Amino acid sequence: MGLDFSNGLGTIDHNVVTARVEDVVKWARTRSMWPATFGLACCALEMMGTGGAHYDLARFGMEVFRASPRQADLMIVAGRVSQKMAPVLRQIYDQMMEPKWVISMGVCASSGGMFNNYAIVQGVDQIVPVDVYAPGCPPGPETLIHAIGTLHEKIADGEVFRRRADNGGGANITVTQLDGQRGPQPVSLGLK
Amino acid sequence: MTIAENPTNHHHDLERLTSEGAQEMAPRPLAGGVEVLRELGCVLRMSESEAEALEAPDDAETSIINMGPQHPSTHGVLRLMLELDGEIVLRTKPVIGYLHTGMEKTGEDLTYVQGGTNVTRMDYASPIFNESAFCLAVEQLLGLELPPRAQWIRMLLNELNRLTSHFLFLATNGMDLGSTSMMIYGWREREEGLRLLEMITGLRMNHNFIRVGGTAADLPDGWQERLAAYLESIPGRLEEYEALMTDQPIWRERLQGVGAIDTDEAVALGATGPILRSTGYAWDLRRATPYFAYDQVDFDVIVGSYGDCFDRYAIRLNEIRESVKILWQCIEHLPAGDYRLQDRKVTPPPRRRIDESMEALIHHFKIYTEGFKVPEGEAYAAVESPRGELGCYLVSDGSGTPYRLHMRGPSFVNLQVLPHMLRGGTVADAVAIISSVDPIMGEVDR
Amino acid sequence: MSDTPDDVTADQVAPDATPEPEVLHGVPVTRRFGQRVAFPAADQLVELVRTLRDEGWLMCLDVTAVDYLTHPRADLPEGIEAERFEVVVTLISHAERERLRLRVQVPEADPVVPSLFEVHPGTEAMEREVYDLFGIRFDGHPDLTRILLPEDWVGHPLRKDYGIGSIPVQFKAPSER
Repeated sequence: MGLDFSNGLGTIDHNVVTARVEDVVKWARTRSMWPATFGLACCALEMMGTGGAHYDLARFGMEVFRASPRQADLMIVAGRVSQKMAPVLRQIYDQMMEPKWVISMGVCASSGGMFNNYAIVQGVDQIVPVDVYAPGCPPGPETLIHAIGTLHEKIADGEVFRRRADNGGGANITVTQLDGQRGPQPVSLGLK
Repeated sequence: MTIAENPTNHHHDLERLTSEGAQEMAPRPLAGGVEVLRELGCVLRMSESEAEALEAPDDAETSIINMGPQHPSTHGVLRLMLELDGEIVLRTKPVIGYLHTGMEKTGEDLTYVQGGTNVTRMDYASPIFNESAFCLAVEQLLGLELPPRAQWIRMLLNELNRLTSHFLFLATNGMDLGSTSMMIYGWREREEGLRLLEMITGLRMNHNFIRVGGTAADLPDGWQERLAAYLESIPGRLEEYEALMTDQPIWRERLQGVGAIDTDEAVALGATGPILRSTGYAWDLRRATPYFAYDQVDFDVIVGSYGDCFDRYAIRLNEIRESVKILWQCIEHLPAGDYRLQDRKVTPPPRRRIDESMEALIHHFKIYTEGFKVPEGEAYAAVESPRGELGCYLVSDGSGTPYRLHMRGPSFVNLQVLPHMLRGGTVADAVAIISSVDPIMGEVDR
Repeated sequence: MSDTPDDVTADQVAPDATPEPEVLHGVPVTRRFGQRVAFPAADQLVELVRTLRDEGWLMCLDVTAVDYLTHPRADLPEGIEAERFEVVVTLISHAERERLRLRVQVPEADPVVPSLFEVHPGTEAMEREVYDLFGIRFDGHPDLTRILLPEDWVGHPLRKDYGIGSIPVQFKAPSER
């Protein structure tokens, strides 16, 4: 916003900051986005791990997973959605207040994953509009944080609402899977 | 009309769609005598007529409330209907199926190499155990005998997974009882374990590493140092958790005497694992019917005395110590040799040979696409998972895919103790009890 | 085997005779892959399980079913007629450290089996699952309703004539971001 803090706060002449309302609103939305607890299966364990100390969602202001959807803005659908769970998912989504976002975490939530059968809804976008798809089975914490960071970016530059208007639903952003990319790890697949 | 066709919110439609009819709890006058009897948890002591005549508060004074399937107690999608008299729980009815994935049906379409990817996602907190039970059943049908190193590596991975699963229990149990710091500590330990599993198997969860004939790959170089560093950090931290939890009066008040069950009841209801052992019954498959290399290592079977939540917590805490003991013995005594049975039928050739030999390439191709055929027959194999007896019942028709794959999930059977344990306690106790049963809904619903 | 002791007469030793088929409380038994499998009829099941419970087979581990529609099996002992469904009950004896499997043939026309709830209350959820996924009814079960599938589901998915329900997957090129 054009201020010079290089010598600390003491150099500020005025204690008023001006900005556009949209920018402040976007800043507030991205910096304290509270997820609703919607951990269903294995991805939920990775989501909880992302909230833990190693990967720490608290630095994004997101460690408070609200149990009540009325208090949440982000629904991270973590896990496979069965036919019995689908109406419950929709009910929770409907109870959230606008503005709300949905991250489909994992391949089961994004497309049905490896379970292309009678029991699993083939993609949670059949039920709720999805903004970001995070691939992986399960996506590691790095991928989930990348997905969350992508969502934050897109909200901050207004892209999410533009994309939603275009698609008539969710923003449909797919991120790449980032975990497991620490470099080549030797694996012994043959006889020594 | 499906939700997708009519996305504008109609509360009535959703009410109808989320109602599970006969699976839900009926008010006392409508529920038949046997259902009341069963839900009261008096299955083992009262007769039906006694249950009906039971002195119960006036129906107008009790209320039926619904917990879940989405609720903050982090045990997955379990829905509990509770009949409450004020704060006291009278009847309980678990409604499950919110994570039913049709895995047993999917399993009939996957080859025996792919089968591990399917079963591993059942009990997703301890995936190695699912794979182990599945591979043991297939190996029973094939009549394979594994080299010692393969058995020891499998045992090492099992115990490492038991560690991460029990840390998950400590974390969620702590959180359910209000100790958010325990949640963070438990996840810290679990993370280190997952990194170790990632180093060995390539994945943090859902590994598909235990394969028919052994494991998918050998242990990487330097595993002893990494594992030793992890194991050395655990006892000190467990002391901290003991100070935070075991020795703390609030913890004891909340867990001691809560959710008590005795041996006859646990055995009648089919409960296994820490629930059965908390009643004082020393039944652990690793000791009773040893598999892998459990008869060659020294460890204790932990039992409780009162069958309450505190005992189950203490058993799991001490099972962490026993697993650490077993893992130290693995580091010292792991034999050299093959990590996999070199049987042409089930083992693909080493990757190096694929570049050199056409025959090896074809062999590799056939195993990974068609799969190998397993002789006709049926087998049941079981392992001691952190939740109890995890069994795999496999029927083969001689082809490359199972004819029927059934996993006996311990949590599915253990959930039957809930109506019995919850009766007479408060709702807060209900949270503690569910947490102490430690269900994983993936293996409940499959 | 060919050296008979001098004081044993020929009709007492018959080394080539086939062994007697094993029987457990009147029910035929086979041994496969190190495990005993018994084949009670549906009306023998509850009594057999009760007797076994009193003998030390304290816990019923598992109740499940198999649909043999597309696989005629050859491992049934004599006298047992193959039916479409089989209900498989696994018991365990903690004292003997042994498991026993009971396989009950269930005809397609009348898929009813007596419930084991009175003997082992822990079979309640497992029998509901078998009913839900196979359509086999359990006579005497306190609450025989679906357990895994939604209440209004039609059909029993684990039967062999129920398709897996997969949808054809279309692979699209990744869209521009």
